[in-house]
Amino acid sequence: MSVFGDVPLAPPVAVFKLSADFREDGHPQKVNLGVGAYRTDDCQPWVLPVVKKVERLIVEDAGLNHEYLPILGLPEFRSASSKVALGDGSAAIKDGRVGGVQALGGTGALRIGAEFLRRWYNGVNNTATPVYVSAPTWENHNSVFADAGFKDIRPYHYWDAAKRGLDLAGLLDDLEKAPEHSVFVLHACAHNPTGTDPTREEWKQISEIMKRRSLFVFFDSAYQGFASGDLDKDAWAIRYFVSEGFELFIAQSFSKNFGLYNERVGYLTVVARDSENLSRTLSQMEKIVRTTWSNPPSQGARIVSKTLNCPELFAEWKSNVKTMADRVLLMRDQLKAKLQALGTPGTWDHITQQIGMFSFTGLNPKQVEYMIAEKHVYLMASGRINMCGLTTSNIDYIAQSIHDAVTKKSHFFRVENKLNRSLGRCLINMVGVFSPDVLCCCATLLPQKEKTSFTDH
Amino acid sequence: MRGKHAMRSTVRKTPAGSAKARLMFAFKKDTDTRKAYLAGREYYSEEGTTFELRLVQKIKQQQSADPTSRPGYPSSLGVREFIRRATEVALGKSSRAVVEDRVLGVQTPGFTAAVRLGAELLRHWYAVRTVWCGPVYLSSPCDDSLAGIFQAAGIQDIREYYYWDYKRRGICLEKLLEDLTKAPEQSVVVLSASAHYPTGAALSQNQWAQIANVIMRRRLFPFFLLPPQALCYGDLEQGVWPVRYCASQGMELLCAQSFSHCFGLYGEAVGHLLCVLKQKSLLFPMESQADRIVRLLWAQPSAGGACVVATVLGNPAHLVEWKEEVKRIVERCMLIREILRERLRLLGTPGCWDHLTQQGGLYCFTGLNGEQVDFLSKKRHVYLLPDGCLNVSAINSRNLDNIVESIHLALTTSD
Repeated sequence: MSVFGDVPLAPPVAVFKLSADFREDGHPQKVNLGVGAYRTDDCQPWVLPVVKKVERLIVEDAGLNHEYLPILGLPEFRSASSKVALGDGSAAIKDGRVGGVQALGGTGALRIGAEFLRRWYNGVNNTATPVYVSAPTWENHNSVFADAGFKDIRPYHYWDAAKRGLDLAGLLDDLEKAPEHSVFVLHACAHNPTGTDPTREEWKQISEIMKRRSLFVFFDSAYQGFASGDLDKDAWAIRYFVSEGFELFIAQSFSKNFGLYNERVGYLTVVARDSENLSRTLSQMEKIVRTTWSNPPSQGARIVSKTLNCPELFAEWKSNVKTMADRVLLMRDQLKAKLQALGTPGTWDHITQQIGMFSFTGLNPKQVEYMIAEKHVYLMASGRINMCGLTTSNIDYIAQSIHDAVTKKSHFFRVENKLNRSLGRCLINMVGVFSPDVLCCCATLLPQKEKTSFTDH
Repeated sequence: MRGKHAMRSTVRKTPAGSAKARLMFAFKKDTDTRKAYLAGREYYSEEGTTFELRLVQKIKQQQSADPTSRPGYPSSLGVREFIRRATEVALGKSSRAVVEDRVLGVQTPGFTAAVRLGAELLRHWYAVRTVWCGPVYLSSPCDDSLAGIFQAAGIQDIREYYYWDYKRRGICLEKLLEDLTKAPEQSVVVLSASAHYPTGAALSQNQWAQIANVIMRRRLFPFFLLPPQALCYGDLEQGVWPVRYCASQGMELLCAQSFSHCFGLYGEAVGHLLCVLKQKSLLFPMESQADRIVRLLWAQPSAGGACVVATVLGNPAHLVEWKEEVKRIVERCMLIREILRERLRLLGTPGCWDHLTQQGGLYCFTGLNGEQVDFLSKKRHVYLLPDGCLNVSAINSRNLDNIVESIHLALTTSD
């Protein structure tokens, strides 16, 4: 009799299941627009030239210390990571109130931050403190905070499917209505999955309410440099909030902008009120890390730290990052142009207005299903595509597939009356949280009258 | 208070770091030229530094010059080849459990992470129907971070079983068995497969068989810790005997492994958790649940170190070379233990020092008490852990005299 005899099979992760299905597909023109990793125009992963260079330097370094890293991580990596997020001239850093924890990727950074907040934020035991994540958001946000012990995780309005942009009114309303001291997870730039970021003016509005209502700012920054190609531009929101005096956390990932996906390089930047506060916070975080992975892996941190701390290497890295960002921008331009040239119904400006690796195409579940089943183009049920999956060789096929999906499969949510409209919005908002199968079921339950064109909502 | 003071009164004052951190701090401030730090976790060479095995360095160079591009995100469960080798190294290629494909293997970022994953699996999925939440039994003494790991995973009921007899300076099996016999059914028992930390003690095969018997009879669940495989006896198989024995008896078990010490890969955080199950049909569900837990802790483990280990363990020539290097490490540690014992005997230091050579591996429970340890650091600039544990490899020809003399003084000075 096994003691594990009653263990159920965990539900598969949508994005990995997609990749698994893609791998099994034998169609010659198949394309994977699912997973969030950079690909070259040959559809290959890219080892950044600066990374290759630095790896060799490290291997040949005879004086390298081979001990366990300190629990909080490699010191040079820690200071460099904070600097890259907050900027060289950061007053907060000069004031000695910025520190952080090296973590296993962005996920590790989020987890340590979440565990700390649950234990120590605003009094002890915050299991009931509400944590707000955007609707939609990266599918893991919800579970990371839940597993860290938070019981009340709520969505905040973000994506407006009707106008295919930011639902600012809804967002600001949620901020006004959230209980004081709620935690809000904000995407620093290149929002995943919508690719839609607030403008600077909009960030200012968000900041004003959050300050007034004592809401806690937890930035998720996985794409710095990747969004616009410019590190400072991509960090604008973070730096603005810091300059407004917020205490905040930033979960940084170097997976994408260094192409170091498998070395798990992440960092949780902590901006505290003062240095004393900072040291107490870090001491508690150290205890949390001690019971999670104890000493973080050194390889990735060394690569990042060497690169960030050496002016020539730093310049080379910035140019490598720009190469990636530029390719994405090019694909965005070309996809929009091709769809317009094909006369695909609807407006496609959002493709070039959105930013970062992902684009929320606006394709509905039925159209997505069509893309996968008939065209062997794999994308998330939410309509999210990874722009890096587009190449000069497959972009025509993809554009044509989207065109076919839209013109042939225009059964979608009817928004004739208020009930349907709110159901439709509710469904779109649930996209980040529920599995594709549930959504497809819900979609078919909505009343479908006559066909309407893609543009009227 | 506004956002500015979100963390004003939230973070309690904690004592300035752990005992270990305080010790390291004191050592760094110490200006005495004879100072010796014997409280580290890593293996130190005769020159007093941690080092990378020559073989490991070679392989790293090869891997960095490899033109084939790296894949993207690795699987949450880790590098396949590494998992396969890590499992084989623990259970043996011909183990029934391996052959019958009922072993779950997960690469983890280091040893602590492996224990944490095991703890999470137990908390979520062990004896699910009975809503199990403990107790977990740890040896007395044990690594002081262990309790915290289980608690972080949500298991609050942590108890001790008798292990080290301070008077006899050895394991007291009778009391150990007694405690296990009294433990409630379904308790989890954490056992060091060999070279226990911090005592360095080890059980004989006969003693292990007796323990396994009680575990089976009382329906307890064994969770083995195997950090320094091969570093105890210089023999891969001998260090892992109890794990193989329990598996061969058809038991289900967890085993947390580390490859840091025996590969000198401390910075690389290369760990592994294996779970032996009774049936093959359980593998897939358990794997999926482990995957889910991992994705919320660290998402994926780091690849570099695991690839090195997999390369060594998978290649017969590399394996031979690696075993040679490890053997040299082990022999040096054994030699230091013998010299230490002999020198203390010659000085006429009170007490019996046989336990120094009866224990194995890197760590050694000297038997010194808190006061004596304090004396050593404050008056003699020799730093041990507060419980009297010292790292044998940190002793070398330059500091041996001072250390021996200091221990002698600690035991003979009456203050």
